[in-house]
Order: sequence, then C-alpha cells, then structure tokens
Amino acid sequence: MIDKFVSTRAEALAGIENGATVLLAGFGAGTPEHLVAGLIAQGAKDLTLVCNAGGRDDGPIADLLATERVRKLVCSFVRPASVAARLFTAGKLELEIVPQGTLAERIRAGGAGVQGFYTPTAADTLLAEGRETRVIGGRLCLLEYPIVGDVALIDAWQADRWGNLTHRDSARNFNPIMAMAAKLAIVQTAHVVKLGDIPPEHVHTAGVFVQRVLHVPV
Amino acid sequence: MFKPLDRNGIAARIAQDIPEGWFVNLGIGIPTTVSDFVPTEREVIFHAENGVIGIGPAPAPGSENPYLVNAGVQHITLRTGGAYVHHADSFAIARGGHLDLCVLGAFEVSETGDIANWARAADEPVKQVGGAMDLAVGAQRLWVAMEHNTKGRGESRIRRVCSYPLTAKGVVKRVYTDLAVLDVTPTGFVVRDMVPGLTFDALQERTEAKLLPAG
Repeated sequence: MIDKFVSTRAEALAGIENGATVLLAGFGAGTPEHLVAGLIAQGAKDLTLVCNAGGRDDGPIADLLATERVRKLVCSFVRPASVAARLFTAGKLELEIVPQGTLAERIRAGGAGVQGFYTPTAADTLLAEGRETRVIGGRLCLLEYPIVGDVALIDAWQADRWGNLTHRDSARNFNPIMAMAAKLAIVQTAHVVKLGDIPPEHVHTAGVFVQRVLHVPV
Repeated sequence: MFKPLDRNGIAARIAQDIPEGWFVNLGIGIPTTVSDFVPTEREVIFHAENGVIGIGPAPAPGSENPYLVNAGVQHITLRTGGAYVHHADSFAIARGGHLDLCVLGAFEVSETGDIANWARAADEPVKQVGGAMDLAVGAQRLWVAMEHNTKGRGESRIRRVCSYPLTAKGVVKRVYTDLAVLDVTPTGFVVRDMVPGLTFDALQERTEAKLLPAG
C-alpha cells in the first residue's frame, strides 16, 4: 500500500543534506510555514533557497535567512528593508535575481526535463550582461537554464495517501511546479482526505510529484 | 490655468479606454486602482500574476479571504467566472501574448517605447525586478501610468532616452500621466489628450522628449 503520510515534522524533513537546493513555494499565501520552521530545526546549512521573493523583517523566509544557513538566494526581488537585504549588504548572502516569469518557467523546465529555453524577458536589460542571447523570430532572446531542487517545501489544502493535492484559491502559485521540480517534495496539508475523495479532474498536483505529506491542521 | 490629475484621476482616465472583453494585467501602484473605475457591467477580465484570472471588487473589511491575494499581496475577491492557475501558467499568460493589455508604473519612458521601472541606478545593490520584465515583453499592449515629472526636481519622466536601467526595450504603446495621454509612434510621442486648460507649449516645456501634436 502506498502511503506518503509521515507523522512528525522531523520525519518529514529528515535527510535534507548540507548544500541542498531548497524550493520554497508561496506568494502571500500558500507558504508551508510549519515546514520552514522544521527546516530551521533540522539544521541543514550551506543551502541554496529558491523562492519568489526575499521576504521581510519577519515571517518564515526571514526566519530561515536569519539562521545564516542559506548561502545563496534565488528570487525575483528583495525588499530593501528585509533580513535578506541586510545579509546581502553584509556579504553573508549571495543573490541571484530572476524575473518572476522566468523563475517560474525555469522551475517548470526543471520539472519537465527541459534543459534550457530562450525568452525575450530581460534580454535587453542589465540582467543579460555577459550571457548568451540569440535572435529568434526577430526578437532578441536570452538563454535560461532549468532549476531543479533537491527538496521542495509545499503547501496544500487537501492531500490523500498517494500525495494527490489540491491548493486553495491563490495559495496554488508555485506549489505545483516546485513539487514537480524537486527530487524530494515535502507537503504540509491542511486536510487529509481518503484516496478517491478528490475528484480526478480536480487534482491540482498529481501524487507522482509528491514524496512525503505531513498533516498540519489549520 | 490647469489642474494635474491625482493618482485616482490617472487611473480613471485609463479605465475610460479599456473596452469590454479585454484581458488585462494591472501592475503595482497607480495601475492597481484602474479596475475600481471600470464598471462591473463592462466585462473586463483582470489578471494577477500570482495565478488569479477575474479579480473582483475589493472585499468588505472583515471578510478577507487569507488564501486569495493579488500580486501586491493585497486581499482581493474573485468574480463569477474567475479561475486559478499555477505560477508558470500565470506567466505563460503574460509571456505567451494572451494579455490584451498590461498597465505598469514606471520611472521613465523613452520616445522609442523603452520602459525603466525597476532600478534607479545600475549599481543598486538590492534588485527589485518582480514580474515587470515578463509582462512588458509579453502583453499585446503595454501602457504606462505615472506622474509626468519627478516630485522633487520636476524632471521629465518622458525622455528621449531612459537614464535608468531598462525593464524592456521598444514595448510601450501609450503613457498616461497627470498632465496628458501620449502615444508612442515611429516618429516619437504624439499628444492624444491633455488636462483641461493645459496648452501644447506648456506641456512641451515640462517634457524632455520632443512632442508631436495629434495629426
């Protein structure tokens, strides 16, 4: 019997190694905060963190960065007043700024086995300096590479024991694509449902992309 | 004498020009409020790049849904017929040419349609790119909403060449400012509209780029 549920947070986050690339989903909603707290407790260091933005002065991303166990942050923007900005200014954090759509597409490509793609996004900007471009269809395009995670931390509204997920409203955001793009997708779900209770056409993230699920009631 | 539009005035002026049936993304700042000035009976579908299609009116205080936010992480509602997609599909909407219109704020726009809206200096240590570069190159039309001149020194944001780092090149079709509506054309900025009482010459005085009267 396939059962991806684990009973403790420590079990959910076991085995994350130093130097791992961690994909962290969320955009104002849909951030798996309990798993971030678990990652802090788990203690892995020298991490590369991939998420939409660099967080604020408090909250899960700020808490994780404040441990100084993240070596590099890959995201679409960093607020000047944030833990991330202060660590970067102090030379304690590497930053890779990626346009948000390119970030999402690089993650999708990582999950889909696409080894690179060209996009006009950012091709005419400072972000393209020193990088490979080519003209396709009359437009200058920039070569982008996929992002693959060792681990993804995922938020769900419902999950069954095969790891099929639904995400509530706009809490979906990066969750389905980050689950796809990581070798180990760890989910916190608000609700546990029986296998078959999610109508097949309503599954947002198929269980094939999910390895571990932890029930974290809201 | 003339009176510049306030930020809501700019948003309302933009809303006048959005026809029923368009699929529209509104950037952070002045553009976000444009939807408040489109009457709900005019069916315009608003997109938020975090995966929301069909943004409805702002929620009543106390009835916010914590799972439903826009790209500025403000609580929103979904109108009947709306849908959610994941982040890669949401940016496929932007990058794949599925938006009829995107309205962004900016620091500067050039007469060749370049837009600068993410950094005030090339060596700014902390970069705030977000989704603007994707939206700027992907939408069918890019309009910009901004004040005509900078607040302090009154410098023109309507430029021959942008002085700030670019978001994208040659993509802006129209600019709505507190003073005027300007189209970006192959021959430069054409003045489509001005606030009442403002003359072409007075507008040119406040504008670094050369302006052309509407033909």
